[in-house]
Amino acid sequence: MTALRWIILIGVTGGLILFPALFEPLLRPFAPAGGPAIYDRASLASLTVSHLALVALAMIPSTLIALSLAILVTRPAGAEFLPMARVLANIGQTFPPVAVLALSVPLLGFGARPTVLALFLYGLLPIFENALAGLRAVPGSVLLSGKAMGMTPRQVLAQVEMPLALPLILEGIRISIVIALSTATIGSTVAARSLGEVIIAGLTSNNPAYVIQGGVLTGCIAVLLYDAFGLLIEIAKRLTGREPQQAA
Amino acid sequence: MSVPRIDRLSAVMALPLLASPALTAFGFRPNRIAPPQPRTWAEAIGWPLTGALLAGLVLLAVALLLLRRPGMRLLLLAGALAALVVLLGRGAVLLLEQAAPAARVSPGAGFWLAAGTLLLLLVDAFARMRPGPAARAALLACAVAGVAVLLGSGTLAGLSVAAEFRVRADAFHRATADHLVLAFGSFLAALVFGLPTGLAIQRHPGLRGPVLNLLTLIQTIPSIALFGILIVPLAWVAAHVPGAADAGIKGIGTAPALIALFLYSLLPIVANTVAGLDAVPRAVTEAARGMGMTEARRLWWIDLPLTLPVILAAARIVLVQNIGLATVGALIGSGGYGTFIFQGIGQTATDLILLGVIPTVALAFLTSSIMDLLIALSGGQPQ
Repeated sequence: MTALRWIILIGVTGGLILFPALFEPLLRPFAPAGGPAIYDRASLASLTVSHLALVALAMIPSTLIALSLAILVTRPAGAEFLPMARVLANIGQTFPPVAVLALSVPLLGFGARPTVLALFLYGLLPIFENALAGLRAVPGSVLLSGKAMGMTPRQVLAQVEMPLALPLILEGIRISIVIALSTATIGSTVAARSLGEVIIAGLTSNNPAYVIQGGVLTGCIAVLLYDAFGLLIEIAKRLTGREPQQAA
Repeated sequence: MSVPRIDRLSAVMALPLLASPALTAFGFRPNRIAPPQPRTWAEAIGWPLTGALLAGLVLLAVALLLLRRPGMRLLLLAGALAALVVLLGRGAVLLLEQAAPAARVSPGAGFWLAAGTLLLLLVDAFARMRPGPAARAALLACAVAGVAVLLGSGTLAGLSVAAEFRVRADAFHRATADHLVLAFGSFLAALVFGLPTGLAIQRHPGLRGPVLNLLTLIQTIPSIALFGILIVPLAWVAAHVPGAADAGIKGIGTAPALIALFLYSLLPIVANTVAGLDAVPRAVTEAARGMGMTEARRLWWIDLPLTLPVILAAARIVLVQNIGLATVGALIGSGGYGTFIFQGIGQTATDLILLGVIPTVALAFLTSSIMDLLIALSGGQPQ
């Protein structure tokens, strides 16, 4: 079942990106009479690369900063900022990604820059929240054992807390990436090069074939990355000696 | 402790507060889409009022450093925020008096920095009071009343977003109705469908994996993709099923948006229903059975009340998510506040973008606050 899911996902994604012409007979019935069935204004491969680049450019700083903040507020020195940080994260989550994207445009103009900014800002919250939950869930007895073994606070963080929190941290990154992939699609409304371009072109030129092509491809990529992170999380759980949870 | 201990959070937050007057307080534009020119507080409200503002900010910073009682901080910050907003409205009116009718004035970075800092400190002070449900309800009511008075009094009528609103009041009310129907309609449908589904898969563990996997898969699909893909089958239904087109079902518009939001809503509701039912202690179920309660009565009197906080938590997630995602529906013609956002992006008109963003965020925030309150009242842990 799982293997089949991987084969279908990789097959459809790879096929749509590398050999779009193969899908012509499938998409033809949805295209307007005489109109093109395969998106030809840009290669899907280059749009995919650009889409993933937007996500990566935003997610790397997002992960680093959110993790650092979560570590900071769980140290004794940063404890006074914890309530504020949680309130901020909670309020931030009520901001829809589209709103963040739209408000980045007046600041940075059109193109990739506002999109990356929006993805970066929106990506902070899930990673921060999950890292916080992971770090706070480490039992006090475990921390005390580390200390009793003569570990410095830095060693406790690197060798005890971070490995134990890793599955939840990865879960946060997974949520952020799924949201970022989705928001990057909307980024094409502010002229960022992404796969959303194909969907929007289909909507504006009334060509459902384009919509299906772009929609199925972005959907498959999102599910692929989601599943890949699922694997990483399983590995992380196994490494820290936790029982892998029953697949939910 | 004889020496008063300085509040560290306030020490950090005082910096943006004190730096804010150095940034532009207002953006002045000769017309709606011209780039904004910076205007300082002094240029807008004159030196005497600006002096009062500066002195007020310094006094406020010192007071915050020394004052640790959350209740006092809350009152002080609320007063400061109100004063800042009144000054903003006054400044906008004064700047417009000297300008041509097409001119627009909007808050600048300096105002946003000061207001944002005050708001954060306010929320922090409130969180430190560890308020119960009654206090939270009271603060929420005060905040809503305060915003209503502010908007009703016309204090902010000089601002560009208000000008944008006056031109489109009708469209705005339509967008509000559409947005509410999309966000809450799809939620109600998901509740009607999701609760029994959750109940069923909790009773039949074999179904749990496949159903939850499918719903997770749906949640992973990017919103425009799902909205777009749904257009195809709905257009087919509208063309081939008699009466469907008359019932308002079309490829584009409200129908695909409602269905997409409904599908996105299912996962939190079903997953939380299952988790909540799983958490009902066995001893309670056994006791109820021992008392001779039937299956149906157990469900109604035992399982549902105990599961309620978890289901309300799902409702909170779903509603906030739907209110945000409904904006994307504007791309497929379903109306809502997203219409203003995407029109504004197209025209590079920041005011129009804000006319869509502000009510969306306000609605999401209000809804999540009310849901938090309900969760607290039902005995659960609010966020």
